[in-house]
Amino acid sequence: MTAPVLTLDGLSVRFRMRGGRHVAAVSDATFDLAAGECLALVGESGCGKSVLASALLGLLPGNAQTAGRAVVDGIELLGADEKTLARAVRGRRIGLVPQSPAAHLTPVRTVRAQLEESLRELTGTPRRELRRAAEAAAERASFPAGHLDRFPHELSGGLAQRAATALALIGDAPLLLADEPTTGLDRPLVDRTVDELRRHADDGRALLMITHDLAAAARIADRVAVMYAGRIVELAAAPDFFGEPGPRHPYARGLLAALPERDFTPVPGLPPELGDLPRGCAFAARCARADDRCEERPRFTAGIACHHPVGLSTRLEGHRA
Amino acid sequence: MLELHAVTAGYDRRSPVFQDASLTVAPGEAVGLLGPSGCGKSTLARVAALLHRPDAGRVTLDGTEVRGWRHRAPRALRTSVGVVFQQPRMSADPRLRLRDLIAEPLRATGRRAEADGRVAELAPAVGLTGDLLARRPHEVSDGQLQRACLARALALRPRWLICDEMTAMLDASTTAALVAAVETYRRGEGAGLLAVGHDRVLLERWCDRTLDWENCARAPRVAD
Repeated sequence: MTAPVLTLDGLSVRFRMRGGRHVAAVSDATFDLAAGECLALVGESGCGKSVLASALLGLLPGNAQTAGRAVVDGIELLGADEKTLARAVRGRRIGLVPQSPAAHLTPVRTVRAQLEESLRELTGTPRRELRRAAEAAAERASFPAGHLDRFPHELSGGLAQRAATALALIGDAPLLLADEPTTGLDRPLVDRTVDELRRHADDGRALLMITHDLAAAARIADRVAVMYAGRIVELAAAPDFFGEPGPRHPYARGLLAALPERDFTPVPGLPPELGDLPRGCAFAARCARADDRCEERPRFTAGIACHHPVGLSTRLEGHRA
Repeated sequence: MLELHAVTAGYDRRSPVFQDASLTVAPGEAVGLLGPSGCGKSTLARVAALLHRPDAGRVTLDGTEVRGWRHRAPRALRTSVGVVFQQPRMSADPRLRLRDLIAEPLRATGRRAEADGRVAELAPAVGLTGDLLARRPHEVSDGQLQRACLARALALRPRWLICDEMTAMLDASTTAALVAAVETYRRGEGAGLLAVGHDRVLLERWCDRTLDWENCARAPRVAD
């Protein structure tokens, strides 16, 4: 087994708010990610997924306090100064595939100009070779060479996504971080986008895909991490999670059952406020299986944080029903 | 009956986004319109919601032919259609508390007195709890804000609902919750629905019938 590309050990992020309040956006996130592997981090909007991404890139706002460790390719990210982050991390160790490529690309410059700038900054390609290198970079992300001289607003959603991916790949970063890469795209385009991300993982990169699109996660992920109210509540192999035996955490189970191709019934209620989390299990208020034990926060052991994970007996009941 | 007959629309008369689009939604019926990104389905949704004047064709709402769009539409017609857009952040006034966001259609039509009562009915129907109603859009998640936008669309008890990619930004559970809220409202009021989107699985599960874009509109001839 090779050393993991990304190691999170008890990563926590909280924001200091007015009046001394705190918002616990990420609590105690712990997982490894190896080269060639794709981990999908799923959960509903506002559960802390994107804060985790910002923490890895050192892009948290000033009122954020972090704890724990996050190591990428030998560099500890949480204590790193801006110089290290700018020169060794962003683009070089972590390539970001952004949520909204149309907003991520510079609107007043062509795709070619942006690729050339990244090449110059990240790889030091000499000027006379830039043009060819930019075309090669575009090709790696299947961006058509004929569109290189277009501005971002002249690209369709799918092509803008590929341009952003091409930029993310330039620094040959061992970790690709895709933050909701498929929001707003239609299904064929989602499939193509995530298949391309998978291909880049197969080339030997680690891929952390943050998404609320369970179908996209099912398509390419090796493992799935489910986040609820800032905590990872289940971490499972994708085939077990999406197929049999299915998710073990009641929330993960509810999330999957809400899909239109499954039961299409929502998890009742709303998630708790990250600024006002209950002392015990954060999901207990919405959980049909909650009991006295849920007053205490469940420990994350063997891939799950729940006092009463869905076990074999209930699964059989579910089949009979 | 909501009828679009041979509608041509776009943002430049010389190059319309689509031509000759026709579709019909019966009272109480739920119709899903499926099309790929960029095909013009959102423009069609805006035409059906009386928010965008078509270049040609006829739109009829409950037997009345629509002659004015946006503020030129008669109020009785305008208020019989509720709209939910794809991006809650871009369709919510950032200065309004969710309570005022939901009540805005009532205020705009001079029914301020009913606002508190209606908001109190709508909030639980879309799954919003008391504390959230006092917040502004930047203090809530996308899913919570879209719940408020749905409540706003329902505030005037419209006979027609237009949902343009209402759940594209949302997770599976919030999607199911919002669709359930729409369906509960439609059962109560007998309202018709035009849901526009690209997710076939979702729209087939949600709607009585689905239409494919290529079967109800013609793409314009492309010059280049």
